[in-house]
Amino acid sequence: MLRYMLIRIFNSLLVLLAIITITFFLMHAIPGGPFTSEKNIPAAVLKNIEEHYRLHDPLWKQYIDYLGNLTHFDLGPSFKYAGRTVNDLIRESFPVSLQLGMVSIALSILLGIPAGAIAALRQNKWQDYATMFLATLGVSVPSFVLATLLIYIFAIKLSLLPAAMWGGITYMILPALTLAGQPTAFIARLTRSSMLEVLAQDYIKTARAKGLSPALILYRHALKNALIPIITYIGPMAAGILTGSFIIENIFAIPGLGRHFVTSIYNRDYTVILGVTIFYSVLIIGLNLIVDLIYPLLNPRIKLTGKQGE
Amino acid sequence: MNSNPLLSVEELTVCFDTFAGEVKAVDTISFQVYPGEAIGIVGESGCGKSVTAHSIMQLIPTPPGRYAKGKILFGKDDLLQKSEADMAKIRGNDISIIFQDAMTSLNPVLTIGMQIGESLQLHQHMNKQDAYARAVEMLRLVGIPSPEERIKEYPHQFSGGMRQRVMIAMALSCNPKLLIADEPTTALDVTIQAQILDLMKDLQGKLNTAIILISHDLGAIASLCSRVIVMYAGKIAEAGTAIDIFHQPQHPYTWGLLQSLPRIDMMQKQKLAIIPGQPPDLLSPPTGCPFHPRCPHAMSICQEHYPETTVLTKGHMVHCWLQHPDAPKPNREVTA
Amino acid sequence: MHLTSHSFEPILKKDAAANHIRPSMTYWQDAWRRLKKNKLAMIGLYIILLILLIALAGPWLSTLSYSDQDLTATNQSPSAEHWFGTDNLGRDLFIRVLYGARISLSIGIVASILNLTIGVIYGGIAGFFGGRTDKVMMNVVDILYGIPVLLYVILLMVVLEPGLINIFIALGIAYWLRMARIVRGQILGLKEQDYVLAARTLGAGSWRILFRHLIPNSMGPIIITMTLAIPEAIFTEAFLSFIGLGVAAPMASWGVLASEGITSLRSYPFQLFFPAMAISITMLAFNFLGDGLRDALDPRVRR
Ligand SMILES: Nc1ncnc2c1ncn2[C@@H]1O[C@H](COP(=O)(O)OP(=O)(O)OP(=O)(O)O)[C@@H](O)[C@H]1O
Ligand code: SF4
Ligand SMILES: [Mg+2]
Repeated sequence: MLRYMLIRIFNSLLVLLAIITITFFLMHAIPGGPFTSEKNIPAAVLKNIEEHYRLHDPLWKQYIDYLGNLTHFDLGPSFKYAGRTVNDLIRESFPVSLQLGMVSIALSILLGIPAGAIAALRQNKWQDYATMFLATLGVSVPSFVLATLLIYIFAIKLSLLPAAMWGGITYMILPALTLAGQPTAFIARLTRSSMLEVLAQDYIKTARAKGLSPALILYRHALKNALIPIITYIGPMAAGILTGSFIIENIFAIPGLGRHFVTSIYNRDYTVILGVTIFYSVLIIGLNLIVDLIYPLLNPRIKLTGKQGE
Repeated sequence: MNSNPLLSVEELTVCFDTFAGEVKAVDTISFQVYPGEAIGIVGESGCGKSVTAHSIMQLIPTPPGRYAKGKILFGKDDLLQKSEADMAKIRGNDISIIFQDAMTSLNPVLTIGMQIGESLQLHQHMNKQDAYARAVEMLRLVGIPSPEERIKEYPHQFSGGMRQRVMIAMALSCNPKLLIADEPTTALDVTIQAQILDLMKDLQGKLNTAIILISHDLGAIASLCSRVIVMYAGKIAEAGTAIDIFHQPQHPYTWGLLQSLPRIDMMQKQKLAIIPGQPPDLLSPPTGCPFHPRCPHAMSICQEHYPETTVLTKGHMVHCWLQHPDAPKPNREVTA
Repeated sequence: MHLTSHSFEPILKKDAAANHIRPSMTYWQDAWRRLKKNKLAMIGLYIILLILLIALAGPWLSTLSYSDQDLTATNQSPSAEHWFGTDNLGRDLFIRVLYGARISLSIGIVASILNLTIGVIYGGIAGFFGGRTDKVMMNVVDILYGIPVLLYVILLMVVLEPGLINIFIALGIAYWLRMARIVRGQILGLKEQDYVLAARTLGAGSWRILFRHLIPNSMGPIIITMTLAIPEAIFTEAFLSFIGLGVAAPMASWGVLASEGITSLRSYPFQLFFPAMAISITMLAFNFLGDGLRDALDPRVRR
């Protein structure tokens, strides 16, 4: 167990290093990018950048310094705005994104799992067809379409909810629903197929042969097994919600990190792009790591060999 | 055997409606099981043994399955008429079943103790402690060492043979009147098979449970059962006491099965596939006697009409035209 | 029952048993039969074919081009003349959606062919040679799997500058991991099977076995993965367009059209409606087909 954990942690650090390296050198490849000191950049910013990245040093030394800065979570100054650092930006805006993201994750789990379970239990009945049609629709409609649809109906036509901005619960409903759309649909599909697979297992037959009631079979014997694969979806789901927030925060004018990230892409604010990418990567890799470490605790049959299972 | 039968299957017919048409998996079969006796059902793969077993427990998925005809009397009640809730009271309590594959028949995420204990809590209304205590006792009974510790473990921590013992412990925990064992040893290797069969024999003596043992393997049946039913293509080919079937077999299919039985001087078990040809496709079964395409003794009439029932002695019956007075005397040694 | 003197004559038949064996269907015939029974999947298939046809032939049906502007007719609502209306530069939206189909579909198809190629070669080699090679190669895949791909597609696009070719490249190299895993799993399972062993004893070389026997027999899962990779690529491109990293103007993918439409949602909702419909219907069609294929090709559910 300990060995497995150490290997997983080591692998995650390796991924992290790979990511940072790729990012660093990609950014260097940009003509007029953050690490070349030309173009009409405000003098103050230029000075900052030069200081921070020590642009006169050889490349390998810059890289080492960059890694050194990262070890104490220093992501450097903004490329576009004097006096702002990437850290400031994250500190200000990430809490908003986090709040929105958490609500969306909670929504998709609370809606997706029951929907999928019902579809599986009513396989090939109308409940199944209806849920799966909706779920397929849900994975097929891009989030920006769903967002605009919801705004159009609830904000413009019905004037029930605010169309944009941030502050209070009512502002959260539409963006959280939009953001939860795809993951909900995906979880519903995943739950259904994993439930169907579990229900076809011999041990479910055993449970029936013991005379357990359908409710007890479902609750005690099927659900836990069926939910195990869903746990592995948490990592990708978080990543999806994160990237989804780039668009959603823009449409709803929410002052979160996703919106700033997109703005920085429009502005080609390279250091912010770089810093936020690394920040998000760390977040997602960390989450995946946690899931991987929890997974064996929930699934007693897993063999801990230190290799990631398929 | 002068008491009333515990279980009486009467003209049971079970169909499956598949996309390609109707499959009669079990076709008009009748047999009885008396309290405390062990009977065997033998036949090749796909002949309807499991469907028979599952029908008794009402575990056939409907649809596609359908109980087309017949009765399954348990005591005085027809199980086919029971509601799902009434059936649930019988399953695991009065009638238990053990499945072929112990590797997959236990829930991987629940402890062994939990899985044995839950039927006790359900049927015997025990509290958790008592159920656990009884589960420990049952594990000891089926020969699992240090049961107090093992009870907290998960199925993957047990070997295949040990898991089948757990299954047996689970099935017997509520003292059922009837135990159905659907190929309980097929998935195990030979030495373990023998141990499990010994265990079942031992427990049958101790607990006086009636057993239906389903198997491909006449050898397994010979070691445990007093009466034997030979099935072919969803029908009963021949039925009788173990002595009838092993020493006075009358059906060419039974002869074929017996010839595939390993002799004591042989180390390796041979497969049943010794009978040439394949079991029929139940979607379009042969006319007449279903065995005729493979039967070395087949006659013209076998292609047209299903053989009448011939009762030879009390309890020994056979479906074969060779029993007809006009039929030639067959030479048993002929095997196609 | 009527008994004659012939009734009890032995019959001689050696191959009667053969008459009763069900006519065997090949894997693909059987899969096709199952797919045909799945209405949603067939609808999906027809929609995809229709969209492909429109994308190929559509632009010739009109004299207008996607970039023709008519500043006297901007932001017009749908009419007989402009079926889907016009945009703020007076370009015909129907024509733009038709051209958009070309771009979006070619992105989907080219990107998935790219990651098919990389994935099949990589996964094929890992699965086929097994042992150490497999271990190392799959460890690399495991590590790369931990990377949040979309972020790196974004980064790549920032570096490469928006453009069709660059989108192909970014998507192609980003999404081959799943294909590699699936192919490897298939090959590992298949290579122990009798016909492969037979081919080997007959002296067939490794590469020949890999490309002649193993990969063709892994086609089922590969096709399913492809079918689901195409909409994913279209999706990703739409996403990139939205954050300003899609194909460059005046060309327009559906994603670009949709994100243009969003800016004028309040006054001209139809400008979003049509490209959004086009994306959603295409996605839905691919997803239905993908699900149907999964059911049809999955050997576990074959009966
Ligand atoms: N769910 C089902 N749907 C369709 N046909 C079925 C179903 N279950 C069983 N059958 C059919 O019923 C027939 C009998 O199956 P059964 O499982 O009883 O065979 P068996 O004698 O137990 O064989 P084995 O020794 O392989 O376990 C088979 O030919 C099978 O095709
Ligand atoms: S009835 Fe005819 S075909 Fe059937 S077993 Fe008897 S002899 Fe053979
Ligand atoms: Mg069976």
